[in-house]
Order: sequence, then structure tokens, then C-alpha cells
Amino acid sequence: MSVATQSTAVRTGRAGRALIVTVLIFFALFYLLPLGVMVINSLKPLPEITGGNMMALPQEPTLEPWRSAWSTAQIGVQATGLKPYFLNSILMVVPAVAISTMLGALNGYVLTKWRFPGHRWVFGLLLFSCFIPFQIVLIPMARLLGLMGLAGSLPGLILVHVVYGIGFSTLYFRNYYAAFPTELVRAAMIDGAGFFRIFWRIMLPVSGPIAVVCIIWQFTNIWNDFLFGVSFAGLDAMPMTVALNNLVQSSTGVREYNVHFAAAILAALPTLIVYIVAGRYFVRGLMAGSVKG
Amino acid sequence: MGFLDIDNVTKSYGTVEVLHRVDISVGEGEFLVLVGPSGCGKSTLLNMIAGLEEITSGTISINGRVVNDVHPSRRNIAMVFQSYALYPNMTVGQNMTFGLEMHGVPRAERERALKDVAQLLQIGHLLDRKPGQLSGGQRQRVAMGRALVRDPDVFLFDEPLSNLDAKLRVDMRTEIKKLHHRLGRTTVYVTHDQIEALTLSTRIAVMNKGHVQQLGTPREIYDRPANTFVASFMGNPSMNLMPARIVVQGGVPHAQVTLEGASQKLLRLGQPALAAQDGREVILGLRPEAITDEGGADRSAQLVEQVDHVVSVVEPAGADTFASFTVGGRDVVARLRANSQPRVGAQFPFRLNMDKAVVFDPRTEARIGD
Repeated sequence: MSVATQSTAVRTGRAGRALIVTVLIFFALFYLLPLGVMVINSLKPLPEITGGNMMALPQEPTLEPWRSAWSTAQIGVQATGLKPYFLNSILMVVPAVAISTMLGALNGYVLTKWRFPGHRWVFGLLLFSCFIPFQIVLIPMARLLGLMGLAGSLPGLILVHVVYGIGFSTLYFRNYYAAFPTELVRAAMIDGAGFFRIFWRIMLPVSGPIAVVCIIWQFTNIWNDFLFGVSFAGLDAMPMTVALNNLVQSSTGVREYNVHFAAAILAALPTLIVYIVAGRYFVRGLMAGSVKG
Repeated sequence: MGFLDIDNVTKSYGTVEVLHRVDISVGEGEFLVLVGPSGCGKSTLLNMIAGLEEITSGTISINGRVVNDVHPSRRNIAMVFQSYALYPNMTVGQNMTFGLEMHGVPRAERERALKDVAQLLQIGHLLDRKPGQLSGGQRQRVAMGRALVRDPDVFLFDEPLSNLDAKLRVDMRTEIKKLHHRLGRTTVYVTHDQIEALTLSTRIAVMNKGHVQQLGTPREIYDRPANTFVASFMGNPSMNLMPARIVVQGGVPHAQVTLEGASQKLLRLGQPALAAQDGREVILGLRPEAITDEGGADRSAQLVEQVDHVVSVVEPAGADTFASFTVGGRDVVARLRANSQPRVGAQFPFRLNMDKAVVFDPRTEARIGD
């Protein structure tokens, strides 16, 4: 692998290399600029921002906006900060990601190794769910959640995310398992392992790369989701994204831009951390199987 | 009743029948090789014995028990796959004992079985490695070890040597032969390599297009092929097949062949029954080693004919020299001694050992006359 990576680099001259590096640095700075502005302004007292210069470095750096955003900012009617909503998001995203990834793996296993008549149709329909615009399903889903007694609750929100996550997680695992040698499953059958044992002992242990891809994808989507959160969460289960919106959009009092910036960074932090920790597996997993060896 | 009975078994996918009424009875301790070109149904048949493919009709029984509806794990079989199918996440030791673990064998007993087999196959030093860290030959050994640990009634091999390089393949072939000799277990082995079939088997089933073409010992298959397919599939270079006509002279049947320049040559045949077939068009089959130079001819042969003929191709192959000439428009290959020196374009006195000749019907392609 490492040999192949090295040999894909093309030799360039000194001038060419300088040009490439300059362009890369320029674009890196360009992309980092918004984040930089957010960080800088989240460390300023409010008068420094309202004074006019967004780009200036803080004169008197302070962590007060962060503290306020986390624990005292006025959101809705209560001055709780983002803390409880952050917890809501965690309570929502962890089970939703775990369940949808698990079901995706199971679906992929069945659709590749235990094929049944019509398996193509089932997979096609699951894929279809990836492309449904979510606005279409809001009202029927609201009705269904109501009928199930899950309206406005955390389990209801988790259910919605699981249902709409299965399409993508199945797609990932099915394509990964399609390249997995069927002879292994047959060997395990002869060895006496049943459906779930083969899944648990043979398939899952080698699913690391695709599981990471799936988890990152699901985590990012579910954490960042606003539409389902604002539609189905109610007051008690409101996730981070909706709370952030409520904080920023509040129509009363002074607009505390520094607190808004800090809150936005807080809201984005978990996905950022997930990417930094597992990002390299993400690329590796997406590439897995595409190149032999 | 054999130990493994394949009785009137067919296999269809939808309306397409891929195996037609296969009947094979394998005795206890036998080594049956299923051989044939790809797509002949040999692997399908093996998978049906293993229980990995359903049997459309007929029955398969192992040790007196019909296993049609028995799950693969309860047929008391073990299988070695072409790709070895070692579980990549487990160590060699775990790979080998996985089956025992699934069957609820206690740990101490598993360890004992593992130790015995590891010693038998000399893979004791590999037990803690992962399959990815092994060479092809070592993986092959582990795959066999995994089968041996189970101590099954029947071993099934699905082209186990085809992923190895030529040298290792020959070594492992000998190893499998030794192992079978030592353990005496009933074995069914699938291959497309006719040399493997001849060297390993106690009996061979040659298959083509879903039919068993011939079932017999390696000697029978080689010397008395049931039809032209078996004759040309088994043996390398394959058997020479020449158009001929039966001519009876003095009550003795001869095969009349056309040599270069349209001259006719009569070759005596050892099949008396053909005396009743005067004038019949046939196909004469003669293996390359039955066509030699004078000094290389089999001294015990009864019927030896000499044919002087122009040599068209000479191929020295180390141990032998192969020389070709044309009979009835077909290339005929002769296996000469390495030190004989035929020259291309020159006449060479070939000796034909007609004891070994076989005769086929050109229409049905079946062997006739004996």
C-alpha cells in the first residue's frame, strides 16, 4: 500500500512545486477563514464586535462568551445555555448511529450472503429511501409518531433518524460485503456456525473500515440535522441544532454575537472531533476494494 | 451400497438442468476425483455433497444416512476450499478449532485435537499467526488442518491446489496422497487437472456438460477411455485420434489409415470383435507413448506396426522428444526417446504399439470393439 502511494506522486520541478504549495496554502487559508473569524470573535467582549471590526484580533481576550453559550445563555424561556441540548443531541445521536449502523450491517449481510428471491427489489427500495426529500415525509411521519405515542419524544426522534439512516448504511455494508468471499461463509456453515454466529464472528470483525465510514456519515448527518429536530423533538428532546437556532434567532434583547459564535463552534465541535479522530479511516474505507492489493 | 452414495442425482437452476442423473457409489476409504473442464458440474456436485447446494432430485447418502435435508454442519464432512477460506480475523489455531467450538466440543479436547493435527501437518509454529501472515503453501496446510481437526466421515476438496505455483502444487499433491494413505478417509476431490486426477485417485469420474462420461480406476480411464472426450481430456499430450476404416484381412481386423501422399496403410488391431465390422468408418485412438522410435518400442507388445513418415514438427522436452506427423489430415504426436533424432522434413521410422490402440464410433464417439 505504502509503495503504491509513493509511486503515484509525480515528479515536478522546483518552480512547479513552489506554485503548487502556494496555491494549496492560499486555499487552505481561504477555507479556514470562516472558522478563524468565528474563533476570534468568540473570544472578544461584545463592544469590540459592535464597534465594527470583525477581522481584528481581540484587544481584551475573554472566555466569557463560551461560558455564557455553554451554561447561561437565554434559549427559549430559560437561561440554561446549550448544555442540556448538547446532552439531548448526544442521547439522540449515539443510539441512532449505533442502531442504524447495526441494521445496515445486518441488511448488507443478508443482501449479499443470504440472498432470497426479490433481494434486488428490496435493495433498490432501500436505496430509494436515500433520495427521498425529507420535507415530503414530515407530515406522514408526524402522524405515525403520534399514533405510536412517540410524538415530541427522544425515542421518536431516534426512530426517525434510524429509519432514514438505514438506506445509506445498507448501501455501504452491502457494497462492502459483496466483495467479501462467499466461500468464508460456506466454510463457517460447514463448521456449524448459524446465521448470527457467522455475522458476529466472521463478518463483523472484518467490517472495521466500512463501519467507520458509516458511523462518521451517520453521526455527521444526525448531529447536524435540523429539519427532523425542529419538526419532531418538542421542548424536552430539542437537539443542539434547534437550540442554536433559537439562541441566534431570539428577537428580544441585545444580540450577543460573541456568544453566538462560541455556541456555533460548540455545536460543530463533535463532528469536527469525529473527523479528526477517524477521518483517515473514512478515506481509507471509501477506497477499500476499489484497488486490488 | 457404498459409504458415500450419489444416487440418480440431478441439479436444475430453474428449467436448466446442469447435472443429469449422476450415479456414483464411493466405498469407504476411497479417493474419488471428479475431473472435467470448467462448467462441467463437478463443483456443483461437490457442493451438493457438502450441502451447500440443494439437490433437485435423487438422493445422497453418507454412511447409510440420506443427507438431502441435513444441514452441512451435521453431515460430518469437512471441506477444503479453492481460496482456502481461512477466517482472516482469527489466528491459525482459532481457525482450526472454530468448527469444534461451534459443535460444543470442550476446550481441553479442542486443544488436544489441534495439537495432534498441527504435529501431523508440521504447522505447530504457525498456530498464533493470522492467515494474512502465511504463505500460499502454509495457508493450504492450515486449510487442510481445519478439515482434519473435525475428524469427519468424508473429506471434500474443491480444487485445493489451483492457487499454488507449479512446484508447490506437485509437493502438496504428494502430501495429500500420503495423508490419504495414512488416514484412509473417504475423500472426494474436484480438479480440472488431469494429472492430479490420475496421481491422487483410487477412482476417477470424468465429467462433461453435466454428465459423468466415465467412472473407473485411473488405469481404466487412461487405457480404455469410454469415449473420445475422455480420451482427449485425460493425458498430456492428449491421445491421437485418427480417422480410419476397418478392413478385415484373413479374418483379422485392421485399421486402414491415410498417410501423406494419399497412400493407405493397414494397421493390425487387437480387438477380434471388430472383424464383424468390415468397411466401417471409425476413429483410431493411440496415445503418444504408443508411437515411438524403434528402440523405444515396448518389447512385450504383441502388435507392433512400422510406419515410415515425414516428420513435420520436432519438440524436444528434456526427458522425451515429441515428433509430429500427419495421418488422415490430423496431426499425430509421437513420444520418442530423448536421444532419437528425427529431422523435420525427413522420413522417420515410427513404431506403433497397436496393443494400446482403441477404436471409437465416429458418430456416437463411444469406444467400440471390446
